[in-house]
Amino acid sequence: MLTFFLAVTIDWMIPRFMPGDPISNMLSRAALKGNAAEVLYTYYAHAFQLDLPVWQQYLNFWNALFHGDLGISTYLFPTPVTKVLMDAVPYDLFLLIPAILLSWFAGNKFGAFAARTKRLDNTVLPLGYILTATPYMWLGILLAWVFGIVLGVFPISGAYSYTMAPHLSWIFIGSVLKHWFLPFASLFLVFFGGWAIGMRNMIIYELETDYSHYLEALGAPRKLVRKYAFRNAILPQITGLALQLGVIVAGALVTEVVFSYPGIGYLILAAIQNQDYFLVQGCFLFIIIGVLLANFAIDIAYVLVDPRTRRGMTGETT
Amino acid sequence: MKKQKTKNEFLYFALRNNKLRIGLIVVLFFLVLAVVGPMLTDHTPRAYVGPAAQPPSSEYWFGTTTFGQDVFTQFVYGLYPVFLVGIVGGGLGTLIGMLVGFTAGYRGGIVDEFLNVVTNVVLVIPAFALLLIIAAYLTVRGVLVESIFIGFTAWPWAARAIRSQTFSLSSRDFVDLARLSGMKPRKIIFTEIAPNMMSYLVMTFILQFGGAILIAATLDFIGLGPTTGISLGMMMQYAVLWGALPLGMWWWFIPPGAAIAAIVGALYVMNVGLDEVFNPKLREM
Repeated sequence: MLTFFLAVTIDWMIPRFMPGDPISNMLSRAALKGNAAEVLYTYYAHAFQLDLPVWQQYLNFWNALFHGDLGISTYLFPTPVTKVLMDAVPYDLFLLIPAILLSWFAGNKFGAFAARTKRLDNTVLPLGYILTATPYMWLGILLAWVFGIVLGVFPISGAYSYTMAPHLSWIFIGSVLKHWFLPFASLFLVFFGGWAIGMRNMIIYELETDYSHYLEALGAPRKLVRKYAFRNAILPQITGLALQLGVIVAGALVTEVVFSYPGIGYLILAAIQNQDYFLVQGCFLFIIIGVLLANFAIDIAYVLVDPRTRRGMTGETT
Repeated sequence: MKKQKTKNEFLYFALRNNKLRIGLIVVLFFLVLAVVGPMLTDHTPRAYVGPAAQPPSSEYWFGTTTFGQDVFTQFVYGLYPVFLVGIVGGGLGTLIGMLVGFTAGYRGGIVDEFLNVVTNVVLVIPAFALLLIIAAYLTVRGVLVESIFIGFTAWPWAARAIRSQTFSLSSRDFVDLARLSGMKPRKIIFTEIAPNMMSYLVMTFILQFGGAILIAATLDFIGLGPTTGISLGMMMQYAVLWGALPLGMWWWFIPPGAAIAAIVGALYVMNVGLDEVFNPKLREM
C-alpha cells in the first residue's frame, strides 16, 4: 500500500519537474500565429489544470485517480488516457502471460532435468547463459530477420494484418496468432534461459543437503530424490519470479518496439516522444499496478505451494 | 603467512576452473578490442567512408551501413561505453546495495524497517520504466549520466541479499567479541563482516555489471541513450530504423548484439565459476 502511494507520487513528480512542456509542443505542431497561440496556451493550460499551484495539482491528481480518470492524452487528443490504455492492455496480457508462465514452467523442468546430468549440463547450460545474456531486442531482431525476412513465414510488425479491421473470424484470429508468435518466441527464449539456469543451480544446492544425502544413503531411487529436491527448489524460483517482474516488463517493452506490437511498450515510447504527460503517467501507473497485482498473485501462489506458510496462516503450530 | 596460503589456494582453484577461465578470456578479449580497436581503423564512427550497404570484405571487415559508414569502426568504438556503463553503473549499484544492506543488516530495528520499506518500493517500481521517463526528459545525455541513473535504480536486490547475509553474520560469536571489545560499528562492518562475505560481494558486482550493460543497451536501442557518440545499442537502433532487416543487411545488426550477449554471458559464466571456487560443495566431482 505504501509502495503504491510512493509510486504514484513519483509518477506524478517526474514528468512535472523535468524540462519540456506538452502544451507548447502540441501548439507548435498546429503552427499558429503569435497571438492565437498565446490565447490557446492559456486555454489549454487551464483545461489541463496546469495553471494551478503545484500542491493543488497533486491533490487533484489523487482525486481524479480514484475516479478512474487519468486525464486526456495530449498526443492522441482528445482520447482519454484510460481508453488509450485499455486498447493497448489486451495485447500486453495476451503476449506476457503465456510467455511468463510457459517459460517459467518449461525452464524449471528443464533446469531440474539438466542439473548434474553431465552431458546436458556441459552442452546446454552455456546455451542457457547466452540466452539470458542476450539483449531482448537483439533476439527479437534475429528472429524477425530469420523467420520474417529470410524464410518469410512470419510477419514482423503489428498485431494483425494491416489490411484487416479487428473482427471475429478465423482468418482474423489466424492473423493475430501469426503476428503474436515472434514476439512471444523472443520473450519466451530469454526468460527460459534464466529460469533453467536458476533451477539448475538450486537443484545442485538441494542435492547437497542432508535430506538428499540421507535419501540416497537409504537407497532411494534417483528419481525420488530429485522429486523432493525439485519441490524445495521451486520455492525460491517463485520468489525469483516476483523479483524478476521489473526486468520482464523492460523486456516486453523493447520487444514490442522491435515488432511494432501495439501494447503499452509501444505506447509509452510514442508518449515520451510526444511529451505527453498524461499518457506517460498513465502507462507508468499502469505498469506499477500490474506489477503490484502480479506480486500479490505470486504471494498467494507461494502460500498455496509452501505448506509451512500455509500452516502459519491458519494459526497452527508444529 | 596464513593469508598467503589462502590466497594461493584461491588462485589454485580459480586457475583450474574452466568456467572462470573461459569467461575471463572472453571478457578480456572484448576489453582489449575496445582499447586496441580504434587504432585498427582510420575512420571515425559516424563518417561516411565508403560505398553504401556493402557486405563484409577485406576493406570493410564488418561491411558498411546504408549510408556507407564502416560497421567495424562503429563496433569497436561502441564497445567502450559498454564497459564504462558496466563499471560505473554496476559499481554504483553494488556500492549503494552494500551501504543499504550493511546498515540495515547490522543496525536492525527501526533503521532496518525503514530501509526495508525503501528497498521494497524501489524494487517494485519497474526500474526500466523509471529510467525511460528520466531519460526522456533529459535533453542532453552522456554515457556517464546514463550509467549513474542505471546504478541508482539497480541496487535493491543487491541490498536485500547483502542485508540478509549481514544479518546472519552479525549474530556470530566473532562479531559479538568485536562488539564487546568496543570496536566502532563501521570498523566491525569493514573488518569483521565484509571480508567474510567478500566472495558474495564480488559476485554481486559481476551480476550488476552484466545487468547494467543489458539495461543500457535496451535504453540505447529505444533511442534514449547518450545523445552523442556511438554504442552497441545505438547501432542496433539505427539498423532497425534504416531498414537493415528488409534489406537483409545482417552484418549491421548481428555484431553489436552478439558482442553484448557474449560479454554478459561470459560474465554470468564467470560468476558460476567463482561460485564453484569459493564454495567447495559446488565443485564438479
